[in-house]
Amino acid sequence: MQENDHSTIDSSRRQALKAGVGLGLFGMLATLGLLPKSAWAAVDRKVFEAKSLKEAFQAMGGLAPADSNLVILDVPETAENGAMVPITVESKFPRTEQISILVEKNPTALVENLTMAEGTEGFITTRIKMAQTSTVIALVKADGKFYKAVREVKVTAGGC
Amino acid sequence: MSDPTKMKAVAANGVTEVRALMQHEMETGRRKDESGKLVPAWYITDFKVQHNGRTLLEGQFGTSVSKNPFLVFRFKGGKAGDKLALSWTDNRGEKRTDEVAIG
Repeated sequence: MQENDHSTIDSSRRQALKAGVGLGLFGMLATLGLLPKSAWAAVDRKVFEAKSLKEAFQAMGGLAPADSNLVILDVPETAENGAMVPITVESKFPRTEQISILVEKNPTALVENLTMAEGTEGFITTRIKMAQTSTVIALVKADGKFYKAVREVKVTAGGC
Repeated sequence: MSDPTKMKAVAANGVTEVRALMQHEMETGRRKDESGKLVPAWYITDFKVQHNGRTLLEGQFGTSVSKNPFLVFRFKGGKAGDKLALSWTDNRGEKRTDEVAIG
């Protein structure tokens, strides 16, 4: 659980320091666009390249999210069109800071990261692509800790 | 030129529900066209929704978000007539911002 307390930002900074890259050089590379960096948020785009769930959790800062029944993941049992699978994630945790959606067997596991400001509810409905039958993971960050809910979706026609 | 995001926001009982449909191909970079050539990745990487200049929700997308990304979310506050702005940027650097008044 200790690992969960670190934000992905802290972790990527730590990794950069570990790698012996000075902050000056790091900043310069980021400015030159040589580092994958999100346009607005301080999120490393590298997390979106992770090929497996394990890699994705690793890239997000070594997460080991606990299963929680306070995370409600609503997905169809069977999706006929993998290009457009409806999904709703609701977190019953009082202060939900982040909801992420991952698909274990997609070419890249992380689908999206959503950050909620104070006053924005821990609730999201969206549509995702699924390459094949897979488990779908709703990852929630609340009060600095990570939780998840997992469901399997059968995909009749893949959409990746 | 990209098309405007379709957006609707309704305030009721102190909570505003926002529904947004961004208009974007969201190409994964893995699809082949009719001649068998790979279609380059082209997708929204970042978006945010703001209410009176305050960010309510922001996010990052990978390539597995469906074509024309759809979102429903809710926030406390907001009243009829308030402006909401949704901005996105894609991996080619294209950006756009669209506004809607809460109904």
